[in-house]
Amino acid sequence: MPEHYPLFYTFHFYFFGVIAIASAIAFVTRKSPVAAALWLVNTMFALSAEYVLLDAQFIGVMQVLVYAGAIMVVFLFVVMLLNLGHPSELAAARGTGWKLAAGLIGLGLLSEIMVILRAKLPQQLIVPRDFNEQQLAKLNAVGTIAQPLFKDYLLAFELTSVLLLVAIAGAVILGRGRAVGAR
Amino acid sequence: MLAESLALTAALFIVGVIGVLIHRNAIIIFMCVELMLTAVNLTFVAFSRFYGTAGQVFVVFVMTVSAAEAAVGLAIIIAIFRHRQTINLKDINLLKG
Repeated sequence: MPEHYPLFYTFHFYFFGVIAIASAIAFVTRKSPVAAALWLVNTMFALSAEYVLLDAQFIGVMQVLVYAGAIMVVFLFVVMLLNLGHPSELAAARGTGWKLAAGLIGLGLLSEIMVILRAKLPQQLIVPRDFNEQQLAKLNAVGTIAQPLFKDYLLAFELTSVLLLVAIAGAVILGRGRAVGAR
Repeated sequence: MLAESLALTAALFIVGVIGVLIHRNAIIIFMCVELMLTAVNLTFVAFSRFYGTAGQVFVVFVMTVSAAEAAVGLAIIIAIFRHRQTINLKDINLLKG
């Protein structure tokens, strides 16, 4: 599918892509958990821009609210609750051998994925090029997700609510600080 | 744009894998897992751009699961810290405290 995009689009796509990868690398190389979390927030913001560029506006908003907002705040909360903000005692990253091995594994995975990227995608699955724009115009940004979510995937949606309930209960029980069953 | 998105996804996922492998701080490892989940989300969105919008629904599910995972995982980290006064994975090597 040779598609042509305006330069404006392509420029922003690559711009936010480079920001995302650069902040991800900065995130992985930080030793202080607070700095790492803030770089990860930066990655999340760049990715939400990518989502908007890929016609998923609602997902972009959710990305900022849920990931950059809620989840990362919880992480920072834990870092500060446990008073772990000092990089000196947390600098215990693994040794050079481990780093080398991690780099090699990463390279192996990357080459594997690049091989898969060259595979042919099934043509009959491809929707018309303006399919998503039509959906957006017809159902608007929330409706494109809400329609399948509450029709085709209703059971999965309901099961997700059970999952969240279990997660809340588990977090409360684990965070209570006493052995389960002890009074 | 599909190939570029998938390449970006691959790069982000692998940065996450490398982070899991080189760090010993449980919280940073956890954040690397979040990065990997987000990279997978980008795959879903990229494919939904070309193969229909259903992929975006799965992103919602992945976000829910990762929020639940963050809540439970951080509770576990807090419990371990209370017990051992450390979250360095080098010092946490017993199933039974």
